[in-house]
Amino acid sequence: MTPTINGRIQSKLFLLLVIGPIWNAFLVLFFDGGWLDNWWATIQVLLWTAGLGILWELLWHALQQTRWEKDWPIMFGLLQFIPEGVLVFFVVSSSFLGLIAGSGMGGGDSGVGTGPFLWSFITTVLVTWTWINGPHRIFFIRWRFEGGRFV
Amino acid sequence: MVDGSETITFNPQSGQPVQGGGAGGGDLTDQMIATDWWTDQMLADAGIPIYDVPFVTVGGGIGSFVMADYLRIAGVPLENIKVLTNIDRPYQTYQFLCKNSQIPSKERLRSDSAATPDNIWGFPGYAIREGWNDKSLRPWINVFTEPVIDDFYTPRAGDVFSSMDREAARIRWQGMLAKGQVRMVRRRQEGGYFTILTPPTGTTRTKRIAYRSHFVHLSVGYPGLRYLRDLQAYRETYEDYRTVVNAYEPHEHVYEDLKRRPGVVMIRGAGIVASRILQRLVDDRDYHGAQTTIMHLFRTYRTQPKVDKKWGGGKQEVRHGWAYQGFNVTKASWGGQHRFKLLELEGQERKDFIDYIGGGAHTPRRKDWREQIDRGLQQGFYRQHVGTVDKVVPGADGESVVSTVKGQDGSVTDIAVRYIIDCTGLVGSPRDHRVLADLLDHGGAGENVIGRLDCEPNFEIRGTRSGAGKMYAGGASTAGSYYGGVDSFLGLQYTAQQIYLDLQKQGFCSRIGPGRSFSQWLKWARNKTI
Repeated sequence: MTPTINGRIQSKLFLLLVIGPIWNAFLVLFFDGGWLDNWWATIQVLLWTAGLGILWELLWHALQQTRWEKDWPIMFGLLQFIPEGVLVFFVVSSSFLGLIAGSGMGGGDSGVGTGPFLWSFITTVLVTWTWINGPHRIFFIRWRFEGGRFV
Repeated sequence: MVDGSETITFNPQSGQPVQGGGAGGGDLTDQMIATDWWTDQMLADAGIPIYDVPFVTVGGGIGSFVMADYLRIAGVPLENIKVLTNIDRPYQTYQFLCKNSQIPSKERLRSDSAATPDNIWGFPGYAIREGWNDKSLRPWINVFTEPVIDDFYTPRAGDVFSSMDREAARIRWQGMLAKGQVRMVRRRQEGGYFTILTPPTGTTRTKRIAYRSHFVHLSVGYPGLRYLRDLQAYRETYEDYRTVVNAYEPHEHVYEDLKRRPGVVMIRGAGIVASRILQRLVDDRDYHGAQTTIMHLFRTYRTQPKVDKKWGGGKQEVRHGWAYQGFNVTKASWGGQHRFKLLELEGQERKDFIDYIGGGAHTPRRKDWREQIDRGLQQGFYRQHVGTVDKVVPGADGESVVSTVKGQDGSVTDIAVRYIIDCTGLVGSPRDHRVLADLLDHGGAGENVIGRLDCEPNFEIRGTRSGAGKMYAGGASTAGSYYGGVDSFLGLQYTAQQIYLDLQKQGFCSRIGPGRSFSQWLKWARNKTI
């Protein structure tokens, strides 16, 4: 699938706001502390990732314009999460800004701990990336021809 | 044999049933041939039996197959689709062309992993399946690293064919076939269409039979092989069809002869077919002791990468005169921003943009091909020449053929070779296809900006509507419309999807929403017959 800017944003929101919470609901079973507190914390991290991600997508789209085929190789779709993850970590980690409410993900009163963040972020990226590059098409037959758009 | 329900039409005067062998002899009449809109009575008078079926697809190749697959998955019953064809297996013509142009079953095509004519979803792609079947991670790593570290993954021809055999059995393809040669499609005054089929001699009572349908889908492929003008002139003038050949016609004698004794062969064209032919010639040198010298004649020797600031950034790579691109149109044409751009464009702008995303000869990057070109240039067995050909004549030795080539600097050179292989392609003009030409003359169809069939973005052929009936086209004949890669596996899947969406809007089939899609995919995965 070769994304358009519109498709990039729609697919990202779908992954982070639909697939991400489902995956994390399962993942936080293995975290210390209350399930709901942890899940709520992961959802906040996902919301930050999605919000900042929209800005990132503008940058990725601009970079895509320098390519002859106006494509975005599968590998880029994975690698782009490295800088995205670093920025989100800066925003949500208790060691930095810690802009997360509640006490989930081992972060005390505000912000998340490094270990839970890495677990949640890395596995979410792998799960959503795998999903979108494969099984997603089983449910949405038009998506791959629509540049990643749903509507 | 023809199955389905035959309509018996009664002659209003006599009250007697009119069938084959009736008033007419079951053949077309002059009046019918000259009339754009037909009535049921005209066929009755001619004695041509009529069979009713809602959806007819003409061609029976991969385009028809993908279309029928979509509709079967969208819940259309077997008996509501008829495939009119003169081939047994959907990939038969394609396989013939592949084999001649040196892509035997074990070699790889030029299509994406997710371009899967056996699977409307594109998942799992051929790379995943190949890795699974071969117990190898190599294809998986390939799709992950393409095209940055690795060349694009492309599937083996044989794997694509066998996957289509499996899907054909699953959707009961054979049950939809009616064998024969389609002669024409004409509009019916009361709405819908008549498609005239000439079945194999002796299989029906009449020479012709007619299918009366609401919808017609034309996916007839290329009308024929194309020869460069000077080569065509040579073949016709000297009636020599062995020395000057098209890469798509059987020409194994060329390789056999060159294996036996040294010789010079000329390649014309610089697309993927030229790449394949070149590989065969070099492989024969490497593995079968051939001493062939290859003279590659370029009309356009690319030294500058293609750029067009009007349409965007980036450069198409060039190397040793060849231009490189993954597929026949840019990656973004299949579903990315180039697809959306093309949907907006009309007239000359559309033509220019189509030229930008796929125009000119180009070939995919493949490490082995590049190595052979480098080595050939270095060792001198692969030579390049640039110019246009004025004429081609037989050589004085009775064995060679001489091309008079005019260089860009005005110099004239005579080049003598034993064989010339024309790698410039196939004829695409609808004028050269009997059914399509009839459609232009009598069916209301027109030509688009590049002279192919003028279609709507949903592939309805403009000007052919008949009452509530609609006629669609797919494949090579629709190039120049609103989609770049129509003549490709993925393009056929896209086309079928657009047509399915339009048919679904008209209530002809069910919607393939997430639920139906998932349940149908499970049936595909379990190879459950539908």
